[in-house]
Formats: sequence, C-alpha cells, structure tokens
Amino acid sequence: MRYLFEPGFFSSGPVHVAVTVGAVSALVSAFVGVFTVMRGQSFAGHALTDVATTGGSGAFFFNFSPLLGFLGAGVLGAGAMDLVGVERLRGRDIATGVVLGFATGLAALFLYLDATKNATTGVSQQILFGSIFTLNSSTIPLVVGMSVITLGVLALIYRPLLLSSISPDLAGARGIRVRLVGVLFMLTLAVAVGLSSIAIGSVLSTALLIGPAATALRVTKNLRAALVVAPILGVVATWLGVVLAYDSFYWFPSSQGLPVSFFIVTLIFLGYLVSGLPALRRRTSSPVATAPAREFKGVPV
Amino acid sequence: MFTSFMVNAWLIGSIVAVVAGIVGFFVVMRSSAFAAHAIPNGAFAGAAGANLVGINPLVGLGVFSLAAALGIATLSRRGRADAVTALALVMMLALGAAFLSQSTEYEPAIFSLLFGEILGVSTGQLWPVIALGAVCVVAVGVLYRPLLLTSIAPEIAAARGLRPERLEIIFLVVLACATTMTVPVVGALLIFTLMIGPPAAARCFSDRAPVAMGLSVLIGLLTIWGALACAYVTNWPVGFYVGSYSAAWFVIGRLFRAWRRAQGSRRARSGDLARENVLAGA
Repeated sequence: MRYLFEPGFFSSGPVHVAVTVGAVSALVSAFVGVFTVMRGQSFAGHALTDVATTGGSGAFFFNFSPLLGFLGAGVLGAGAMDLVGVERLRGRDIATGVVLGFATGLAALFLYLDATKNATTGVSQQILFGSIFTLNSSTIPLVVGMSVITLGVLALIYRPLLLSSISPDLAGARGIRVRLVGVLFMLTLAVAVGLSSIAIGSVLSTALLIGPAATALRVTKNLRAALVVAPILGVVATWLGVVLAYDSFYWFPSSQGLPVSFFIVTLIFLGYLVSGLPALRRRTSSPVATAPAREFKGVPV
Repeated sequence: MFTSFMVNAWLIGSIVAVVAGIVGFFVVMRSSAFAAHAIPNGAFAGAAGANLVGINPLVGLGVFSLAAALGIATLSRRGRADAVTALALVMMLALGAAFLSQSTEYEPAIFSLLFGEILGVSTGQLWPVIALGAVCVVAVGVLYRPLLLTSIAPEIAAARGLRPERLEIIFLVVLACATTMTVPVVGALLIFTLMIGPPAAARCFSDRAPVAMGLSVLIGLLTIWGALACAYVTNWPVGFYVGSYSAAWFVIGRLFRAWRRAQGSRRARSGDLARENVLAGA
C-alpha cells in the first residue's frame, strides 16, 4: 500500500474533492453514456461538451454564473441539433457538426473578449482540460444534486427510451412519442455533459461518457448488465487515475506531475482496447449493439 | 485591408477554403463529420508534443493526424465508429495535456493552434500549405468516382469490387493531410467548420455532385473572404465570423431546400413527376 499511495494522499483536501466529484461525474456519465453509445450519438455527446464550453466562456464574459452558462448553452445546443437534423441518423451527424462549428466560432470570440477584458491567461487551457485537483469543495452539493435529477429523468424515461433506441418504428407503433423521448434524452445528455465538463473539463467529460459505456457494451450480453458494468469501470478508472496523478508528482526530479485527465483517459482507452480481445468479447451479438454502428458508417440498415 | 500581412492571409484563406470545400464535400457525403472534428483537434496535441521535444510542429501534426486517421479506421472495423472516434480524440487530447504540463508552452500558443493565426502567416508558411493542399485535391480528383459511389450506394460499389474499408482508410489519410497543412495557419476548430458548413449548405442547393462540390468551394471562399474582411475591420477573431457565416449559409441552404420541396410537391400534385433526388439521403 505504501508504494501505491504516496505520502499525504488520504489527508489532502483537493484529493477528497477530486475523488468525490470525479466518482459522481463518472457514475452519471456512464449511465447516460450507455444510451448515448447505443443510440449512436457519441458525436453529439462530445459536441455538447464543446458547446457547453462556449457557454462557460460566455458566462465568464457577461459576468453571470458559469454553471448557468454551461447548462444553458448545452440545452440550447441540444435543441438546435435536434431541430436541424432529426429526420435520419445520417443528417444528424451533419447537424451536430454545423452547431458545433458555430459554437466553436462563438467560443473563439468569447475567449478573445475574455482575454482582452481581464488580461487573464490560462482560460482556454483550463476550460478545455479542466483540472479535477483545483475544484472548489463548494461545487460538491451542486454536482450531486444535478446528478440525482439527471438520473431521475433517465429512470423515468427508461423503458420508452430503450424501446425507441432499439426500434423507433416499433416504439412508434406502440404509441411512444419517439421524437419527444429523443428530445428529453438530448436534454438529459446536455445537462449531464455540461455538468461533468464544468467539473472535470471537456476532454475528460467525453472520455467518461463514451469510454466505459462502449467498453461495457462490448463485454456484456445485455443492456442491464452494461448499465452495471459501465459505472463501475468509470469510477475505477477515475479513482486509479487520481491516485496515479497524485503519485506522479514524485516520479520526476522536477516534481512536475502529469495531469489527472491524462491518466484517466489512458486507463479508459486501454480498457476499451483490452475489451476488444477475442477472449473477452461476448459471443452473441445483439441487434441492439450493431444497428447504430452500421448506420453511422453510412451503410443503410 | 490589402496591406502586406493581409495579402498572405487572403492567399492562404483562399487555398484553405478550396481544399476544405473539396475534401469537406466528401466529409458531408460520407457523414464523417466526427472524424473531421477529431483529427484536427487531436493533431493539435501533436504540435504540443513536437514543441516539447524541440522539432518542427508540422512533423508532430503530421504524425498525430496520420495516427488518428489510421487508428480510427482500424479500430472502427471491430467496434462502433463514432465511439472509437470519440475515444481516439480524447486519448490524443489527453496526451496533449500531458505534453503541455511538461513544457513551458505559453497560453497564446495554445489559443492560436486551436483558433488559428491566419493574420500572422509568413510567406515561408505558404509553401507547405500549397504543396499539401495540391496533394489533397489531386487525391480527391483521382478517387472521385469510387469515393462518390461508396458514399451514395455502398452495395453497388461492393458489387463492382470496390472495397469500402480500404477507401475509408485512404479518405481519412487525405483528411489527415488536409489537417496537417491547415492547423498551423487556421487552427484546429476553423478547419472543421470550413469542412462542414459550406459543403452541407452546398448540398442543399444542388442534388448533382459536381455542382454541389463547386458550390461548396464557392461558399467556402465567400465565407472566408467575408470573415477576413470583417475580422480586419472589427479586430474580432476570424474564427467567430467563419463559424457564424458557415452556420448562416447552412440555414439559408435548408430554407432553400424546404422551399423547393414545397414547390416540388405542388407540381407533383398537379400531375408532374417529382424529380428524383440523385443525392437522396442529403
């Protein structure tokens, strides 16, 4: 144990916050992520982190709460993506791209204005990569509260969402309003992603959303199992990453540690690669798992 | 507006718009928007890495964009393409974060790699852009027919003996090539916008591939010219104008298509045959 945990790990305040907020973000992201990956909306999930970032930089400029900026921009972005391209899966990809392009343009403007207004440096790097170690402990109740709401909505729409993700036609025939369910899910995604990108940065947010979910869907036989495995993978990767990042301060003589996001993302990526090994892949491939992937590649299903 | 430092900006902006218009047309046709976002953003990490070990950033960009293209193509054969793209993107960005934490890279350098420094392009930077741009355009020209066929009708393409997976790899390498040349001058985010907005708008205006491609180049040029002029006058970042104008063109394109479809259905009701869309799935 002494070799794994460098001195001061358990008594460090930032570590406590990082462990708590990281775990909550990983948990929520993994739950939402399973549906995101299954529905083939990874691009939208990632794009929303960038859109939320725009909101964050805008809030910084207009002097209102960054959280409001993150969530507001995320919800607006999700609405715009839904408005432009719901008709078919392939159009959705382009709609996401156009909204993302516009949002990054706005981000360029806000970051430029922020820099000229406040002469602060480090904003763009902070927004992009975040830092789980510089979190304020006052964000904990907020993150936990919003996470509970997100999970509540997800639980509420679980069955219709599941059915309309697997087969929109069947869901429609059963009287489920597929469009409404889709919009609700996009909004849930926007809130989840906005929250985790303000807490842990845009890069890590995408990694925790897609990585554990994609890995879990590869190694489990059904969705329920994936919904159990994905959060575990996410939390384990986050905690291991925090430990390694803390330890890395002692690795180099310069005592210049490596960022925590680097470790978490690397662990998640390695996990995904390992799950692709033939021995670990599940034998039966369900249509749930393959349909969105085939559609995404441009092959009409 | 046409002072010496602006001349290079106009030149390089036009070259980038042409290349982005041509390559971007296929990005939109093949729904590779996510890859077109992931490769430039990930490649930015390569520049940070090159900076750390003290070599030409262009080498770092090239290596990273190629690695991204090949990685995405290889891994998505056995998994979901979009999830794989997301993972490749975050992995490269995380590497970039690690590089940055070890170097003393100054903040504005990061900003310019993301958002570009088109107004500060030196004449020496023009040549690699022209060379790699020419390679991209020639590659798309040679691969035009197979690329189009695998994009529109994968079954027919397969029946004719084309191999979609191999074409996908080649296309992603072309994308990586376009990325390498453009990121240092226009930034990772701007090149993505130029590859999506103008071609997506162009496809709303015409169903014929060559016309749509030409329009895509034209809209790209108008976008970048307008953006450069406005940026020069207002001193705001070029990226903001490129993003806004691209989105505006797309909205105009969608409105145009909706209007034409309304006309078409009216004609169809009065007995004419509705024209079959060549690019169904637009």
